[in-house]
Amino acid sequence: MDQRLFVKGNEAVAMGALAAGCRFYFGYPITPQSDIPEYMARELPRLGGTFIQAESEIASINMLLGASACGMRAMTSSSSPGISLKQEGLSYMAGSELPGLVVNICRSGPGLGGIDASQADYFQAVKGGGHGGYRLIVLAPHSVQEMYDLAMLAFDLSDLYRMPAMLLGDSVIGQMKEALVPHPRPQIELPAKDWVVSGKGSRSEQRIVKSLFLGDGELEAHNWKLYHRYQLLQERESRWEALYLDDAELIVTAFGVTARIARSAVRMAREGGLKVGMIRPITLFPFPQKAFFKATGVVKKVLCFELNTGQMVEDVRLSAARDAEVFFYGRPPGAGSLPTPEELCEQIERHHGRSA
Amino acid sequence: MTKVDTPVFTAPRSLKKVVTHFCPGCQHGTVHRLVAEALDHFAVQARTIGVASVGCSVFLYEYFDIDVVEAPHGRAPAVATGVKRALPDRIVFTYQGDGDLAAIGTSEIIHAANRGEGMTVIFVNNSTYGMTGGQMAPTTLPGQKTSTSPYGRDIANDGRPIRMAELLTQLDGTSYSARVAVNTPRNVLAAGKAVRKAFQTQIEGRGFSFVEILSTCPTNWGVSPLEANERIATEMIPCFPLGTFKDWALDAPGTGAK
Ligand SMILES: Cc1ncc(C[n+]2csc(CCOP(=O)(O)OP(=O)(O)O)c2C)c(N)n1
Repeated sequence: MDQRLFVKGNEAVAMGALAAGCRFYFGYPITPQSDIPEYMARELPRLGGTFIQAESEIASINMLLGASACGMRAMTSSSSPGISLKQEGLSYMAGSELPGLVVNICRSGPGLGGIDASQADYFQAVKGGGHGGYRLIVLAPHSVQEMYDLAMLAFDLSDLYRMPAMLLGDSVIGQMKEALVPHPRPQIELPAKDWVVSGKGSRSEQRIVKSLFLGDGELEAHNWKLYHRYQLLQERESRWEALYLDDAELIVTAFGVTARIARSAVRMAREGGLKVGMIRPITLFPFPQKAFFKATGVVKKVLCFELNTGQMVEDVRLSAARDAEVFFYGRPPGAGSLPTPEELCEQIERHHGRSA
Repeated sequence: MTKVDTPVFTAPRSLKKVVTHFCPGCQHGTVHRLVAEALDHFAVQARTIGVASVGCSVFLYEYFDIDVVEAPHGRAPAVATGVKRALPDRIVFTYQGDGDLAAIGTSEIIHAANRGEGMTVIFVNNSTYGMTGGQMAPTTLPGQKTSTSPYGRDIANDGRPIRMAELLTQLDGTSYSARVAVNTPRNVLAAGKAVRKAFQTQIEGRGFSFVEILSTCPTNWGVSPLEANERIATEMIPCFPLGTFKDWALDAPGTGAK
C-alpha cells in the first residue's frame, strides 16, 4: 500500500477504522462529522459489515454496547451534543469492561452552540463525562494522517485494556483535506476475548456482561480493578510528541488543531531567536504526565494553548514540577476565527520574557 | 395400576435451580418459566442471548442458564439490535418492564420494531415501577394510586395508559404482537403459547415479535397475591384487552412477515 490519498479527516478516521477490522458502525447524523456515517454507509456493506443509522445517539451507543459484548470491533461517531447523549452508554460500557471506538468531532457549546472547532469537550472526554468515575482512552489527532493512525491504535488499546476509547477531534481536523498514506493494521498481540457472550454453545458456564455489582464488596473490588487498569495505562500508554526540547527555555503545549497553529508559532519564535520547545499530548488520557514532569525539571515555564477557557491546563499544572510556572492562553470558539500563529507567537514572546 | 416413571412436570433446562429474589406473589418467576419452556421447546438454550433490562427483572442471569448482556434502563432493544446484528443466527430476547419499555425506552422499542429486528421482546406489564417502590408507570390505570400518583392517576395531568401491544402493530416491522396475562391457569397456558409463538417468529426469521404479559405487583399494589390476580381480571384486562393483534401466520401476505 504505497498510495498517497488526498482525503478529509473524517474519511481518514473511517478508513483507519475499517483497516483496523471494524465491521459495525452505529450512528446518528450531526455536523461536522456526518461524513463518517456517510462513508461507513457506503463502504461497510461492500465489506460484509453492518451500518445502522440509529434513531438517536443513545440507541447507537447501546447498539455498540451489544455488538461489542459479542466480541465485534464496532464504533460510533458524533459531535458534542450527540456525545453528551452517549455518556450513559459510555458509563455502562466502562462498567461492563467493553471495548469500542467513539469518535467525537467536537463543535462548540455548551448547548447547541455552533459548529466551529472547539476543544471545550476536554473535561467531558478525559474526566469521565458519564456517571461513576470511569476513564476512557482519549486520543487527540492533529492531522488527517493521525485520524487514520489513531483510529487503528484506539481499537487495539481498547481491546487490550477492555475499555472504550474516544478519538477527540475537532471540526477543522474532521473537515480539512490532507495527504494520507494508508497502511495495514500493525500486528500486535491482543488478549483472547474469552468473555464475549455468544450463546453458551458447548460451554458449561454461562457468560454475563454487566455493570451491576450488588454482592458484598463486589462493586468496590470492581472499581479498584478498573482503577489499577487506568494506572497501568498511565504507565505504559502515554503518548506525546516533543519538539525542540533540548535547549528550550519555554515549553508550549497544545493538542489537536491548536497544536498545528502552536507549532507554526513556535517555529516563528525560533526563527526570531527564542528558544522555545513544544510538547503535544497525543493521549489525553492517559495524560503524558511524565513528559511534563521531566521537561519542567529543567524548563520552568509552560504555556498552554487551548480552544476553550482552560481545561487541559489543569492536567498540565498537575503534571509539571512544583516550581514551574504554567500559563494559559485560549478562548472559547464562536469569535468567528481561530487564533493565528502570529497571535500565539506574541504570547510566546510575552511569556518568554524577552521579545524576539 | 401400571407404574408411570415419566415425569409429567419438570423444571425447564434453561432455568437454574435456584431460589429467586422476587416478592411473594410476583409473577416474574412465572414469566421466566414460560420463556425458559419456550427455549427448551425449540432446543435453542445454547444459542440464546438474553438482554437484561433495568427493573425487578435485571437479575435475569441469576435464573436463566444462558449468556446475558445487561442494558441501561430502556435501551435493551438497542443493545439487542447490536447483539442480533453481530450474531444473526443466535436467538435474542429482551425482557422489560413497563417503566423500562413504555417510558424511558419508548424510542428504542419503536425503532427496533420498525426495523423488523429479529428479536423477541417479553414485556412484563405490572402497571407500576416495581423495583423503585411503586411509582406511576405509563401503563398505570386511570385512578390507580401509586406513590407518585397518590390521588390516583389523573388523565388530565398524566395522560392515559399506553397500550404497547396495539401500538407496535402499526409498524410494518412487527410480525407478531400479543397481550396475555398470567393471573389464572388458563391464562398462563395461553401466555406460554404466545411466548412460544413469539420465539417461533424469530427462529423462522420472520422479524420482530412482541408479547405483553399482564402481571401483578402485590407488594406495591398493597394487596394479597390472590387479590392481585383478581385485579388483573377486573381492572387491567378491561383496559388492556387480551388477544393477538398481529400474527404473520394469519395476516395477509406482505404485512409484516419477512
Ligand atoms: C436512567 C435511569 N433512570 C431511573 C432508574 C431507576 N429505576 C430502576 S428500576 C426503575 C423502574 C422499573 O420499572 P419497570 O420497568 O416497570 O420494571 P419492574 O421493576 O416493575 O419489574 C427505575 C425508574 C435507572 N436505573 N436508570
